[in-house]
Amino acid sequence: MSTLVMQPTHMAVRYLRALWRQPLYVVMQLVQPVIWLFLFGQLFKNVATLPGFGGVSYIAFLAPGVLVMSALLSNGWSGTLYLTDMERGVLDRFLSTPARRSSFLIGQLGYWAMLTIIQSVILVGLALVGGARFAGGMPSVLALIAAAVLLGLVMACFSNTLALRLRDQNTVIAANVMLVLPLCFLSSVFLPQAVMPGWIQAVARFNPVNWAVEAGRQSIFANVDWSIVLTRLGGLAALAIVFGLLAVRSFRAYQRAL
Amino acid sequence: MNTRLSAFGPFAIEAENLEKRYGGNVVALRDLSFRVERGMVFALLGPNGAGKSTAVKILTTMTHPDAGRARVAGIDVIANPHGVRRIIGCVAQKDAVDLEATGRENVTLQGQLYGMGSGELQHRVGELLDRFQLSDAADRIARTYSGGMRRKLGVAMGLVHRPEVLFLDEPTTGLDPEARSSLWAEIRRLATDDGVSILLTTHYLDEADRLAHRLMIIDEGRVVVEGTPDQLKSRLRGDAINIQLDADALLDDALRALSTQDGRLRDLTSVGRAVHARVDDGARAVPGVLAALDAAGVSVAAVTVSRPSLDDVYLSHTGRSFSAAPTGDSR
Repeated sequence: MSTLVMQPTHMAVRYLRALWRQPLYVVMQLVQPVIWLFLFGQLFKNVATLPGFGGVSYIAFLAPGVLVMSALLSNGWSGTLYLTDMERGVLDRFLSTPARRSSFLIGQLGYWAMLTIIQSVILVGLALVGGARFAGGMPSVLALIAAAVLLGLVMACFSNTLALRLRDQNTVIAANVMLVLPLCFLSSVFLPQAVMPGWIQAVARFNPVNWAVEAGRQSIFANVDWSIVLTRLGGLAALAIVFGLLAVRSFRAYQRAL
Repeated sequence: MNTRLSAFGPFAIEAENLEKRYGGNVVALRDLSFRVERGMVFALLGPNGAGKSTAVKILTTMTHPDAGRARVAGIDVIANPHGVRRIIGCVAQKDAVDLEATGRENVTLQGQLYGMGSGELQHRVGELLDRFQLSDAADRIARTYSGGMRRKLGVAMGLVHRPEVLFLDEPTTGLDPEARSSLWAEIRRLATDDGVSILLTTHYLDEADRLAHRLMIIDEGRVVVEGTPDQLKSRLRGDAINIQLDADALLDDALRALSTQDGRLRDLTSVGRAVHARVDDGARAVPGVLAALDAAGVSVAAVTVSRPSLDDVYLSHTGRSFSAAPTGDSR
């Protein structure tokens, strides 16, 4: 098969294998969203009686939001993979081969996409156990997972760009921590738009996290509004391409700074 | 693996008038030119900041020169970096080992990045792990490897695609003596048995002396001297004679007495209470030197005679000893 497909695949396999060898890390990555889901689910149980929730239980309302937030959180670590490789000289070794720069990025993004899918499937299962219902059916649940994957890729590319250009572990971690929660609170992850203050509603319109939540949340309603799903997914896909190009260009910036 | 002769000419590396500045001000290379014949081990020597790493980065297409041109195996590094990458192997100063992967996985991925097919690659990986005595540890996570093993793995990765020209950046820095000599033997074998042209940078004069067919000392981004280790040493003409004076002896008296030695002593210098000079045949010269000092009433604590070393070469060309050379960030 052509190197266009094989080289990214080899890179993705490398990351998956490393992950497989750190089971504790895998467990920790999964425990966190479970805590969000059940802790928040319990804490805010009664807010679902407010108007704007569309008559669903809070855990059902929350599940797509937590799924999107979890994708954002885990993909936000993406840049640290490159930082570890930089520190050990592995990235320079890769870059001295004739393989394409985009292969390294695409392979790594493939790994993140797989990780997001696994994480999302587990969360959907746990939400069902917790009493949530996805009335929109299978296609809308797949759209929810697609939204999480696309948003995750945007975040991973952003984190990679920071890592390649600034080459500083603290900055990459701080950006993840400082961005994710505010972006989630400025979206309908925890509460529907209808109960938000006007200015947050205005900001949320331009917040890609909100696009992902809006697209994903259709899965809990019986009559799915596919125009919302498709426009939001389209916006996320466009953004992922822009950030992907930015990250590929950052390889060149990294090499120039050598 | 046999010596392979491919289409390119007699030179593995040709660098012409290379210049590189960092941040507009810091000059890393000024007008650096040199050529490496194929099949040779060529050592690039110099203190930190001399420009060794910058030269290697240009030749391995990792960075562009501000001026000048370079060809590796006849291929222009600026016009065709991709072509250069295909035929060179790079072993960086850092081990560049993925510690979360096994030795075998490390070498295999490197081969995959060169687009090697799985059958051929599997065979090649086994062969390399064998050659670098890593077969027993091949399926262990590299995190469990010793420093020497990681370095060998690094060299094995640099060789997976059978490069024509190999770049080794300070290959034995930080290794224990046993690991060093074992790696030296492998490097020598690569050049003699496999016909790989090798450019190595090093801090160690003894390493260059033992491994290199030719060596070049660079300092502050330019060539100080180039030649075979023997040429450079014999250019110093003769042995080094070091005279340590007694505490009550007068240095001026000693220098005056020695300078009348019919020109037999050359390059007379003094550091503190020690006098250094060069002489054609050290052992024969010692009695005359001692007699002259005795006649001048200068008492001597010790006299040593040594064959010239590359350290002396470095001293005579840069005016400072290699170990006293400034250290700093590598460039």
